[in-house]
Amino acid sequence: MTAPAGTVPVGPGATQPPSPVLEPRRRARMIQLPRSPKILVGLGLALFFVLLAIIGPLVAPDDPNASSSTTIGTPLPPSGAHWLGTTKVQQDILSQMLVGGRSTIVVSILAGAIATVLAVLFGVSAGYFGGWIDDLLSMLANVFLVMPALPLLIVIFGFLSRTTSPNDVLIGLVIALTGWAYGARVLRAQTLSMRNRDYIESARLIGERSWRIMMFEILPNLVPIVATSFLFTVIYGVGTYAALSFLGVISVSHWSWGTILYWAQSDQAAQQLRPEWWWFLPPGLALGLFGAALALLNFGIDEFINPRLRLAGLTGRRARRAGLPTRPRLGLTPVLKPARPGDDLVGTGEGAR
Amino acid sequence: MSDSLIEVTGLCVDYGTGDTAVHAVIDADLTLRRGEVLGLAGESGSGKSTLAYAITRLLRSPGVITGGQVILRRDAEPAVPLLAAGERELRGLRWNHIAVVLQSAMNALNPVMMIGTQLTDVLTAHRPEMSRADRRSRAAELLDMVGITADRLRSYPHELSGGMRQRVMIAMALALDPRVVIMDEPTTALDVVTQREILEELSRLRDRLGFAVLFITHDLSLLVEIADRIAVMYAGRLSEQAGARELFRSPRHPYSHGLLNSFPSLHGPRRAMEGIPGSPPDLREPPAGCPFHPRCGYAMDVCRTDMPPRFTLNGGGRSAACWLQDGTHEVPAELGSVGSGGDDPPVPPRSFAGETAPAATAAPVAEAGGQA
Amino acid sequence: MIARRIGLYVVTAFVAITVNFFIPHLMPGNPVLTLIGKMRSQVTPQTIAALELQYGVDTKTGLWGQYTHYWYELLHGNLGTSLSGYPASVGSLIRGALPWTIGLVGVATILSFVLGTLIGVLAAWRRGSWLDNLLPSLTFFQAVPYFFLAILAGALFATKLGWFPQSQPYDTTLLDPGLTWDFISSVLDHAVLPALTIVLASVAGWIFTMRNVMITTMDEDYVLIAEAKGLPRRRVVAYAARNAILPSVSSFSLAIGFIVSGALLTEIVFSYSGIGFLLLQAVTNEDYPLIQGIFLIITFAVLGANLIADFVYAFLDPRTRQEG
Repeated sequence: MTAPAGTVPVGPGATQPPSPVLEPRRRARMIQLPRSPKILVGLGLALFFVLLAIIGPLVAPDDPNASSSTTIGTPLPPSGAHWLGTTKVQQDILSQMLVGGRSTIVVSILAGAIATVLAVLFGVSAGYFGGWIDDLLSMLANVFLVMPALPLLIVIFGFLSRTTSPNDVLIGLVIALTGWAYGARVLRAQTLSMRNRDYIESARLIGERSWRIMMFEILPNLVPIVATSFLFTVIYGVGTYAALSFLGVISVSHWSWGTILYWAQSDQAAQQLRPEWWWFLPPGLALGLFGAALALLNFGIDEFINPRLRLAGLTGRRARRAGLPTRPRLGLTPVLKPARPGDDLVGTGEGAR
Repeated sequence: MSDSLIEVTGLCVDYGTGDTAVHAVIDADLTLRRGEVLGLAGESGSGKSTLAYAITRLLRSPGVITGGQVILRRDAEPAVPLLAAGERELRGLRWNHIAVVLQSAMNALNPVMMIGTQLTDVLTAHRPEMSRADRRSRAAELLDMVGITADRLRSYPHELSGGMRQRVMIAMALALDPRVVIMDEPTTALDVVTQREILEELSRLRDRLGFAVLFITHDLSLLVEIADRIAVMYAGRLSEQAGARELFRSPRHPYSHGLLNSFPSLHGPRRAMEGIPGSPPDLREPPAGCPFHPRCGYAMDVCRTDMPPRFTLNGGGRSAACWLQDGTHEVPAELGSVGSGGDDPPVPPRSFAGETAPAATAAPVAEAGGQA
Repeated sequence: MIARRIGLYVVTAFVAITVNFFIPHLMPGNPVLTLIGKMRSQVTPQTIAALELQYGVDTKTGLWGQYTHYWYELLHGNLGTSLSGYPASVGSLIRGALPWTIGLVGVATILSFVLGTLIGVLAAWRRGSWLDNLLPSLTFFQAVPYFFLAILAGALFATKLGWFPQSQPYDTTLLDPGLTWDFISSVLDHAVLPALTIVLASVAGWIFTMRNVMITTMDEDYVLIAEAKGLPRRRVVAYAARNAILPSVSSFSLAIGFIVSGALLTEIVFSYSGIGFLLLQAVTNEDYPLIQGIFLIITFAVLGANLIADFVYAFLDPRTRQEG
């Protein structure tokens, strides 16, 4: 008898190893990690990009500014020498992508981190302390929320770029200043609802200091929301930084994916009769994939926080195997085994058996 | 029998499917008769709401009905097997024959729509021949029936008080003159005074319109007052069914006995209170045998291993799922006597340790402003 | 409740104006100095004096004086003189470009909102269907920057397939503005790609918001009662949707900021002569008065849109009317 694929053939007397199906499932349930494919794909992609940010400039084959030739005047498609082709002035696009990747990812993550710290600080304080602190911080957050960010940033960077050289940390900081308000509002709402819970009240009555309560009682419960707010802000940071570079408001000699698109647009790469897709597709796709990875992660965390968004295992394959209709329908509870045929419906059956 | 309205046979309801399914209702048999009030009592998690919603296929996901039959009988029309009915048929039957009143009226009324609209939408759906003016006057009539003025037709739910909202819900339920009204803890969220008002209102309406009520609640004392018959659920099974008065005087199942002795009586001598020790079982891992046996003072060996079937007692009028009632065991006096009338002090149930609680003294205790 | 919102908008406008004034003053070094020096020969002395006053080069008037002067000019509708479009005033340039942007953004936003919420309702109602499973891939569209989508759309539909024009708000070589059918159809023709870009980039957000809220709303008791009443399915969905749409409307204020930003970039790619294109011109030429003027106008426009959204919300949710 041949052993089914995947099992270890055992001799007589040896104990059969536990079925491989059971183990990971039990473990997963213990750690409580959702095995949703969304999270796995998102996580994988995100890690890939972080790796790219770290090693990118180190593995770039050329200097992104260097022109490999001064005689050719048109961008060249991908070739052996230039894996992603060249720009109009014969710069290697792959190198630009690898170098620019670090700046893009670093700025966006930094912006996300700083904004999230601000959001936690302002949001939790506003929710916890209430009163005039709440009024003031809420007003501040609302103002920043309503004011359109990109035009404001254009004004700031328009002046800033003239006097200071581009610095990833500075850029991240400024972008963060416009991106904290949304997270702060969400965290404030959550803190408000938690504040009236009994265990918080009792901590205050005991005399525990405010900052300790906020740090150790409230914050641990807010972790999923902080995580999703962080990811949201990083996405915002990516898009905003790319937009600012694309506009040329941030110095165009400072490489980022948006900058590549600036040059592609100014040299009309997409408007050519034969569009130079190798120039504008890589940066755009990279931006999109990075953002999508974070959005997928967010999606997954959302489902984790709000169990109603999950489908409780009653759809898809499991449902079909059980003989149920594949979609749960409100107001139409599924019946697994319909009434047995041949039942006497209008007979004289007594009531309770 | 043309007397019955809803016949439930062997109903089984699960949450989820496969290995992780939780059996919320197991093999339930129930009959609701014309014009009667059937009380469905039990602790949280006993399956009473699940049962009621499953009857009308309103149970939310992940609820699944895994077996049994529910038959709706109507005058001059063929009986309908509800579990096999198609969507269109169900929609036509709903509210016409069976209406639902929920616990929290604030949540059951659509917050962005006027009360009037919520009263007339069923008329629009089920009585297309009515004109707008007819619908409006019917809505006003319904409000009047529950003691609310017609100008409230244009109000929104948040503009009404809690008691008014509950009355609107009842009026809404009666819009199509249904034969059955299922009420899920309709008074639990209200203060006692409003509770009483609502119950009296209900009683008046029943006198006038003659509908049957499936009244779900955890408050057995309430049912003893308003119900004609009571069905007690425990861990997803119907442990006992009997007429209300019969149940009150002589419960047959130890659980019912325990419940009835869990609330103090305003009359009679003072006695020591005893609840039921322990807590209801986790439905994901129910105990073997009778689900009540870990908390039962009368548990026998057979109770720990075999599930007791429902034994019919008193010639078919009542039933109890307890091994003590199988005819071969000697039934303790408090669980088996014919029912000695209401004035004797009720015998307290045997405690878990097997000892009988100290019997109440027969002599009334003199109290300041003593009670009869 | 509306009163509070109006108060917020007034404060925001105030903050925007103040920030707008102070930013150049806060910059290290003085960015405008060299610019003014360069322009000295090309513009009138009055213009130079005004610039110096606004940007703090003028050391005669103190900071407060400059600030009040700025407000004075603003309240008279004077946003300054454009440096790149000299001698045109900032106000006139904006006035020429604004209608195009409002038209494009207005139509595209409404389309996106309607489409997004309808699809969101559908996705929530039909959980586990193919639509539901398609949603995660929509996150890609949400994450891709507007201008990249614009570039792609342009490359694909305009250059490669030639279905729609690549640039300009209408065919400037052949037509003049007027209420002729030729003109209008040209406008529509040229607006398709930019509008499509904006819709594609923003629709995913509405879909997700509506879907998630709808799923939560469908758990509410009043939806169950609607089913219990035997109402037709369309009615039940409508009852739920009427409630579920509220968060989308209230999140409009956040969304409109993003949409406007994205629209600006889209205009640049399509050389659509709206505010976005004007902004690019301003940035490229370091035309600070124009940049700042555009910022203010955009802010006011967004505040206006928010106000409209607030009114719509109050109309839809009777619970808010109580608080007046």
